[in-house]
Amino acid sequence: MLDDIPEDEFLYKGNTACAGCSAMLALRYILKAAGPNTIIVNPACCSTVCQGTYPRSAYGVPVLNIAFAAAAAAADGIASAARNKGKNIIVFAGDGGTVDIGIQALSGAIERNANILYVCYDNEAYSNTGMQKSGSTPYGAITTTTPTGRKDSKKDIDLIIMAHRPRYMASASSAYPKDLFNKVQKALSIEGTKFIHVQCPCPSGWRYATEKSVELGKLAVRCGMWFLYEYEDGKLTLNAPTKAALKRPAPLEDYVKPQGRFKGVDIERLQKEVNEGMGRIRDMANMDALEKAKEGSQ
Amino acid sequence: MKKMATGNQAAALAVKESDVEVVAAYPITPQTEVVETIASFVETRQMKASYIRVESEHSALAACIGASASGARAFTATSSHGLLYMHEMIHWAAGARLPIVMANINRAVGPAWNIWAEHTDSLSQRDTGWLQFYAATVQEVYDTVLMSYRLAEKVNLPTMVCMDGFILSHAIQPLEITQPGDFIPPINIPHALDTNDPMSYGNLTAQNDYFKFRRAMHDAQKEANVECRSIEKEFAERFGRKYGPTDEYRTEDADTVIVGMGTMAREAEVAVDLLRKEGMKAGSIRVRQFRPFPKLNIEGKKVIVLDRDCSFGAGGILAQEIRFHHNVPVYNIIAGLGGQDVRYETIADLVRKAKPEGEFWLGVD
Ligand code: SF4
Repeated sequence: MLDDIPEDEFLYKGNTACAGCSAMLALRYILKAAGPNTIIVNPACCSTVCQGTYPRSAYGVPVLNIAFAAAAAAADGIASAARNKGKNIIVFAGDGGTVDIGIQALSGAIERNANILYVCYDNEAYSNTGMQKSGSTPYGAITTTTPTGRKDSKKDIDLIIMAHRPRYMASASSAYPKDLFNKVQKALSIEGTKFIHVQCPCPSGWRYATEKSVELGKLAVRCGMWFLYEYEDGKLTLNAPTKAALKRPAPLEDYVKPQGRFKGVDIERLQKEVNEGMGRIRDMANMDALEKAKEGSQ
Repeated sequence: MKKMATGNQAAALAVKESDVEVVAAYPITPQTEVVETIASFVETRQMKASYIRVESEHSALAACIGASASGARAFTATSSHGLLYMHEMIHWAAGARLPIVMANINRAVGPAWNIWAEHTDSLSQRDTGWLQFYAATVQEVYDTVLMSYRLAEKVNLPTMVCMDGFILSHAIQPLEITQPGDFIPPINIPHALDTNDPMSYGNLTAQNDYFKFRRAMHDAQKEANVECRSIEKEFAERFGRKYGPTDEYRTEDADTVIVGMGTMAREAEVAVDLLRKEGMKAGSIRVRQFRPFPKLNIEGKKVIVLDRDCSFGAGGILAQEIRFHHNVPVYNIIAGLGGQDVRYETIADLVRKAKPEGEFWLGVD
């Protein structure tokens, strides 16, 4: 299945991620898709630490590390310099740096159609600082600042980004690396702002056995808690695993049970949220179908 | 070529002549004219640069940091709250050793809202590692921006060119436009991001290395003190206008010196003339270069320091610098805050009444 993915590695052994970190899995495939003609911009997040300490770097492409709120603007600065034309400028930012503190700079960059690919790797908490709640933490999840489980709901960054009408947008998962690889390649072939939101299960924060990262990533998609889709020119296209999940979702318990963070969650309320989410995405995808049907009948 | 220009236009014109590749800015009073002028240069193709209309000052400097880190010459301008909103990025630019040049139009900080001149905004960025210059004429704004690119790129530290809001930013004075030619050579940032030689900048640096970077910044500030003198000398030889870390006025035989920065220090020169007529051996020193702080020629003199700023609980910031660098008594006058009108007659009067040491707030004490 992964045959046509290049063997070149730009994420080296010796990076300092936790065992089983799926954010590094995602980055590995992103860099494979982007190749060496790439500059990474990293706000404060796990990925800053995963490079290893100076003077070493586990990343095989140049990296500009920048303060939390600044990644999208710094990337736009690089992309705007005439000398960098033709280079892939990729922000690799966590959910905190994207949905919370970095949202203003990100919003500005998309509005200006900055020629960057912004990847948000979403581990659904501030994992680098020891697992505090971020805007992206789902309902019911235990973090160190929501010790009895989050009482309100995950911020839907995708709807916010969609409202900006970026040139290309996709939702992906570290558990589907081929899909991620393809989406990154496609995004990089498009001029303007691209946004890819990748769910990256985090064994340290979600409290599950390290070998289960891929399994849990797949379960998130199968139970309808995470979607795989592309959004271009106002059209939302669901990818196969999500289409299947919307038809027949896997039991939510399968996803929730192995994770310590969901201990004591009100599963009914979480299920209700998941159902709502599935309804929304179905509507958005169906709307296109309705639109097409209308066009056809005219 | 001679023309009439405001301080703001002078900054924009100097940027136009400096081969700047990326400008990123957010408007704020009284800086707006700088970014408007540059925008019109870019859109009418008088200037070949990318102009990024960012959504905040934090992003303005972040964009300049990105551009500069990738090897491009970058510029931004701001003022007051904009500068403070950049504060985190101000540290970052210096720590990343990026030769960005920024014009700061000095303005008071709220609350209460006040859009008029005060130096507290830029002086509160004193310890960030930026080189800082304070201009007092339109020509000096222009020339200082040109020299700043040379200096910043020589020592790899960002440079702030400051001018008083409205008093200088909106004052119209004659300006000699100088094409710098090869005075500013093509930019070459030694640590620019390079896809052929991938390095990671700004990642985690442990206890055994971090302090070495800090020391290197400190050394670069000291080096700037030497480099700036040779840049000023070359500038004078090429273009005929002389600058130094300070601008002294009638100090040769003075036993009383008024020390200040920006336009208030120019006003002090008129006060000096007045006092000289009365027989007082007065002189003035205008501090142009605040970081690195220069040695002043004040030993054995009665020193009166004019501060358009205050470090609450400590007093005038310029006065503190002088007390730190010189073992002399200082009479510190805090005046001109929030654009408070300070005329030469007032300065002369304060000098006449000055005590050897102490602090005096104009309009309060
Ligand atoms: S905390 Fe989570 S996301 Fe961060 S490095 Fe560890 S496993 Fe990866």
